[in-house]
Amino acid sequence: MASQDITPVGKDSAKVSLLNDPKVRGYIFQAVAVLAIAGLGYWIVDNTIANLQRARLATGFGFLDGRSGFDISSSPFLAYSSDSTYLKALMVGFLNTLTVAFAGIITATILGFIIGIGRLSHNWLIRKLCTVYVEVFRNIPPLLVIFFWYLGVLSVLPQARQSITLPFNMYLNNRGFFFPAPVFGDGAWLAGVGLIAGIVGALLVRRWAHKRQMATGQQFPVGLTALALIVGFPLLALAIKGFPLSFDYPVLGAFNLRGGSQIGPEFMSLFLALSFYTAAFIAEIVRAGIRGVGKGQSEASHALGLRAGPTTRLVVVPQAMRIIIPPLTSQYLNLTKNSSLAVAIGYPDLVAVGGTILNQTGRSIEVVAIFMIVYLSLSVLTSLFMNWFNAKMALVER
Amino acid sequence: MVDSNLSFVRTEMLQGQTPPLAERGIVRWMRINLFATPIDAALTIFALLLIAWYLPPVINWMFVQAAWVGPDRSVCATVAQGGIQPEGWSGACWAYVNANFKQFMYGPYPQDQIWRVNLVGIMFVLLLIPLLIPKAPYKVANAITFFFIFPIVGFFLLVGGWFGLTYVETPLWGGLLVTLVISFVGICVSLPLGIILALGRRSQLPVIKMFCVIFIETIRGIPLITVLFMASYMLPLFLPPGVTFDKLLRALIGVALFASAYMAEVVRGGLQAIPKGQYEGADSLGLGYWQKTRLIILPQALKLVIPSIVNTFIGLFKDTSLVSVISMFDLLGTVKQHFSDANWASPQTPISGLIFAGFVFWIFCFGMSRYSIFMENRLDTGHKR
Repeated sequence: MASQDITPVGKDSAKVSLLNDPKVRGYIFQAVAVLAIAGLGYWIVDNTIANLQRARLATGFGFLDGRSGFDISSSPFLAYSSDSTYLKALMVGFLNTLTVAFAGIITATILGFIIGIGRLSHNWLIRKLCTVYVEVFRNIPPLLVIFFWYLGVLSVLPQARQSITLPFNMYLNNRGFFFPAPVFGDGAWLAGVGLIAGIVGALLVRRWAHKRQMATGQQFPVGLTALALIVGFPLLALAIKGFPLSFDYPVLGAFNLRGGSQIGPEFMSLFLALSFYTAAFIAEIVRAGIRGVGKGQSEASHALGLRAGPTTRLVVVPQAMRIIIPPLTSQYLNLTKNSSLAVAIGYPDLVAVGGTILNQTGRSIEVVAIFMIVYLSLSVLTSLFMNWFNAKMALVER
Repeated sequence: MVDSNLSFVRTEMLQGQTPPLAERGIVRWMRINLFATPIDAALTIFALLLIAWYLPPVINWMFVQAAWVGPDRSVCATVAQGGIQPEGWSGACWAYVNANFKQFMYGPYPQDQIWRVNLVGIMFVLLLIPLLIPKAPYKVANAITFFFIFPIVGFFLLVGGWFGLTYVETPLWGGLLVTLVISFVGICVSLPLGIILALGRRSQLPVIKMFCVIFIETIRGIPLITVLFMASYMLPLFLPPGVTFDKLLRALIGVALFASAYMAEVVRGGLQAIPKGQYEGADSLGLGYWQKTRLIILPQALKLVIPSIVNTFIGLFKDTSLVSVISMFDLLGTVKQHFSDANWASPQTPISGLIFAGFVFWIFCFGMSRYSIFMENRLDTGHKR
């Protein structure tokens, strides 16, 4: 038989040279990579230590307890003076970053959704206007938008004496935006309690209405009830206490406005620029998301007898949100990271304060490490939250 | 037989009539596109009012009232501000852009050496245009010249110090020159580096994968300013004592590393979209890892993500404006630097300069995005659903 002529394949003949074995090569390759990176790391650390010793620079985070010695123009949440520590200065900067990022995210989302839906409008004029907006803001650097607001618009506003007067005793001038500050008298805490009670009540009503709809099919005007509860409870609480709420109006003095609350031009320009810039990107995401929902979905919904409004609300938007949320998350992170451009116009965010400290103390490694830790934890936190939200919204498949 | 009860029967066809006025031409278009529903009509009127309210003042400010030429700030300031314009005047100060145009393009680059920058610019355009036209021949030779020979020639021409050219140190570079140098180098470095990082992240080797993931996620998690701070303050500490680093080079390293992390994620998206059968097919043909990657996987993967790659390029181009924060003067930095020029300081100067800079950035970014749409349509092989 012919088959007997074939020499049986032994174990030895299947063995390839060690150098050609993918597994062995993988190990060698990895070992080389580890050695190279460890060597580079050692070289860097060694050089750094030598450089620091030569420049007689100390290391470690002990310097954070030192007196900062500089003022911060905007510290709405923490009492800060130039006698405070570096750590406190960084905290103030961090809170300012969070403030501008939070405000920017809300405005950018609202504006972005309006423009994104506008780009899908049947109305030619609205569609073109929204396209122009998106194409303009997507193609210029965010730093330029910030400068545009700061140097081009807000700093050429009139001086305090010729302030632009807006309704409700609000003023706009080159020192910022002035508006009446609410002053809470005795018993105003009850309004806060009322607000919390209103929110809890609204959530309970929503749960009950959902349960009832599941059981009986009857719907309940949840939105209106929630609004009435959230607005009504604090008002009721204030009414019980005899409205212990007054306003401190800004008054036009000889050279400046006194009283009231003030939003500085730095915050305003950063906030406006980040909102306008990011809104263009969010608009594109929203447009892609709504487009991504198959036409069959809305046709099926019409076939079931749903009108245009409920079709959008109950069929298209929930499905579009699944497409929208992941890229929206990265836009929120981008906005937070772009808020570090504050350093260019002197709004005291984390990077600006850190930069000042870096210049004062020369602790570049520590300061940059703090930047990295803060921004990375913000990224991780946002991603975790959005992953949870995404999982909640995700399609439940069999 | 003819039925005599019928009084009239038409024997020939009627000529087709034109539709009623409301159903044709511009009226029909307006009815469909502008006034389809009451809400649409209200929106249209609102938008028209908005345009009528804002557009004429903007055009008036930008073109009609604008000061186009002038020796100094007096043409851009009212009498009360120390200029020649009447009280209440407001218009764009293009005279400022005109007077500083050379500064905005080249920065403080020596006046008599500017031909070198122009020569590099001409070479750049001449090499780029055939590269962008799909039908132009010699693509490979062109690409090699553009990505390998041109940077070297450009470097020697711009820096000088050889062949009798005077040495121009990088602090003398500025304006659009710096913007373009940083973006070009960033693009040339970040694409290959990003591909390597993406391959590393998809690698079967756990150690390689871990290094790539750590690098990519760290860079992507922090703002570019932090990376630039790191490049400008920490890089000198990492090097042996005595070794100094050019400031422009430091910024270049920062920008290139930053962009490569983003590029890696884009490329990874393309790699993930390649069906498993392609990998297995390549394996069954007996191709090794690098052959498989180079011949089968990457051509398909990169083609899939061309729009995202160009988006990353656009992002990189916009991000170069951040180098002004570490006191380097790119286009935006130079424009901003000249606001405080006593010769030109007026209320109209900053906004005019910023509009000019914005226009230049916009032209480049918009051009890139249009080109990517064109390429996307061209490369669409019809596999898309």
